Amino acid sequence: MMDRPAVNKSPTQRERKRSGSDPSRPIVDVADVHQAFGSVEVLKGVSMIVRKGGVVCIIGPSGSGKSTLLRCINGLVPIQSGSIRVADFEVHQLRTDKEKIALRKEVSMVFQQYNLFPHKTALENVMMAPIHVLHEERNEVRERAVALLTKVGLAQKRDSYPGELSGGQQQRVAIARSLAMRPEVMLFDEVTAALDPETVKEVLNTIRELAREGMTCILVTHEMRFAREIADEVLFTDGGKIVEAGPPAELFDRPRMERTKAFLSQVL
Amino acid sequence: MQVVWDWFRWLYDTTGINLTIFYDAFDRTRFASGFWMTVKLSVICILLSVVIGIIGAGIQRSRYRIPRTVVYWYIQAFRNTPPLVQLYFFYFGLGALLKGVTGPMVTNVTWAIISLSFFAGAFNVEIFRSGIEAVPRTTLEAAESLGFSRLQTYLRIVFPLAFRISLPALNNNLVNLVKTTTLAYAIAVPEMLYVSSQIWSDELNVPVMMNVLLVAYFVLVGILVWIMHRWEKAIRVPGFGV
Ligand SMILES: Nc1ncnc2c1ncn2[C@@H]1O[C@H](COP(=O)(O)OP(=O)(O)O)[C@@H](O)[C@H]1O
Ligand SMILES: [Mg+2]
Repeated sequence: MMDRPAVNKSPTQRERKRSGSDPSRPIVDVADVHQAFGSVEVLKGVSMIVRKGGVVCIIGPSGSGKSTLLRCINGLVPIQSGSIRVADFEVHQLRTDKEKIALRKEVSMVFQQYNLFPHKTALENVMMAPIHVLHEERNEVRERAVALLTKVGLAQKRDSYPGELSGGQQQRVAIARSLAMRPEVMLFDEVTAALDPETVKEVLNTIRELAREGMTCILVTHEMRFAREIADEVLFTDGGKIVEAGPPAELFDRPRMERTKAFLSQVL
Repeated sequence: MQVVWDWFRWLYDTTGINLTIFYDAFDRTRFASGFWMTVKLSVICILLSVVIGIIGAGIQRSRYRIPRTVVYWYIQAFRNTPPLVQLYFFYFGLGALLKGVTGPMVTNVTWAIISLSFFAGAFNVEIFRSGIEAVPRTTLEAAESLGFSRLQTYLRIVFPLAFRISLPALNNNLVNLVKTTTLAYAIAVPEMLYVSSQIWSDELNVPVMMNVLLVAYFVLVGILVWIMHRWEKAIRVPGFGV
C-alpha cells in the first residue's frame, strides 16, 4: 500500500544533498525575526530551531502571529529584521524566482482552508506543481501522485473535484499536494480548525504517520492532545513573541509562565 | 425553394400577410444582406468586446497607476452615457475629425463596430474584474507557496476560475450587445432594422415587418444564448460555484 520512497528520499540521496553541511545543524533556524504589516508589528523578535525529523507544535491565542510566523518561514511574507534559514536557504534573502523555486523543494505548507484549486481534480491538484514548477516528467509525477493519494487514503477519489469532497478529504488532498514537492519540512497551519470533529481524526492520522516516517513538521494547532502526543517541542506564542517553549510534558503539565497557565486553563 | 416562395405569395393573396422578404427576390436579397450584417456586427463586436474586457481587467491589476486611471475613466465614460450618443460621438464627432487622416477607409460600419465594441467592452472589464476578485486570496497564496510564478498563477488558476465565475454576467452583456446593434441604424449601417425600414417604406407592410423583426431577433439572441449555455455546461466543474 505505502510508497515510502515517493515521500521520503532514500538516505543516500539525502546525504548527498546535505554533504558538506553539519548533520547536527538544525534544518530550520529562525533568529530574532521582526515582522510588521505597515506600522503594526506582528512578530516581535521570534527565534526557534527545528532539527531534522523534529516535530514542533505552536500554540497560542488567535492573533498572536502563529500564521504569520509560518508564512515567513515559507517565504510568503518578507521580514523586517532577523534571519530565517531553511536547509541551505536564507529565506529572507531569496530574490530570483529560481531561488524561490528551490526553496519550494525544501518547505511546503498546508493551510486551514485547504486552498485546493477547485477546477482541477484531486489528482491534477497533486500533479500541477511538480509538472509546472519543477518541470518533472508527467508520467513519473502521475505515478507519484497516485501513490501519495493512496497514502492519504484517497486513491479512489483521484478524479473527484474539490467541491465533491468533504473538508477532511480536501485537506488530505492538500497534504498530498504539498508532499508531491518532496519537501524536507512541512508546515501545517491549523489544518483541522475548519473540519467537523469526525473528520479531524483522519487528517491527524495522516500527519501522525508523516511524523513517524521522519518528516520534519511545524504545526500550528489547537488540538492540545495531539500536540502533546506528537510534538518533540511545544512553543507557546502570545503577542508576537514566544512566551515559553519546552517538551510537551513540561509545557502542558508544569508551565512556568503565568500567561501560559492562563491560556492552558482556557483550552484544556 | 421556388415552392416556398410561391407559398408566401399565395399567403399574401389569400390572407393579406405581405411577406415580400420571401416571395420578392429584390426584398429577399435586401433582407438577407441586412440579416448577415447584423450577424457580422454581433460576432465581431462580441469578440472585440471580450478582448477589450480581458485586456482592461488585466490593466486594472497592473502596478502602474496611469494605465489603471485610463481604464477607470474609459469605463465611467461608456457606462454612464447612452450607447446611441456614443455612436454619434464616434461617427459624427471623431469620424469627421479624423476624416482627413483616415480617408474614406473608415466607414460607418467600422465606426459602429468600434463604438459598440467599446460600449460592451466597458461592461466586460467590470465583469471580468469582479470575476478575478472573486478568486480567494488564499487560493493565490497556495499557488505561491507551491512555487507558481505570477504569470503561471494567472494563466493556470486565476483566469480559468474567474472566467467560469464571469460567464453568466458575460452572457447577459453579450445578449444586450446583440440587441444594441440595432442602434447602428442611426448612422445608416445596413443592418437588419435598417433594411427592414427600407422594405416597409417601399412595400407599406409595416406591421408585418415589425413581427418579422421581433421573430428574427428572438431567433438570433436565442442562438447566442444556446451556444453560451452549451459552453457554460461544457466547462462546468462539479461542485464549483453556481
Ligand atoms: N496581511 C495582513 N495585513 C495586515 N495585518 C495582518 C495580515 N495578516 C495578519 N495580520 C495581523 O497580524 C496579527 C497576527 O495574525 P496571524 O499571524 O494570522 O495570527 P494567528 O495565526 O496567531 O491567529 C493579527 O493581528 C492580524 O490582524
Ligand atoms: Mg492563524
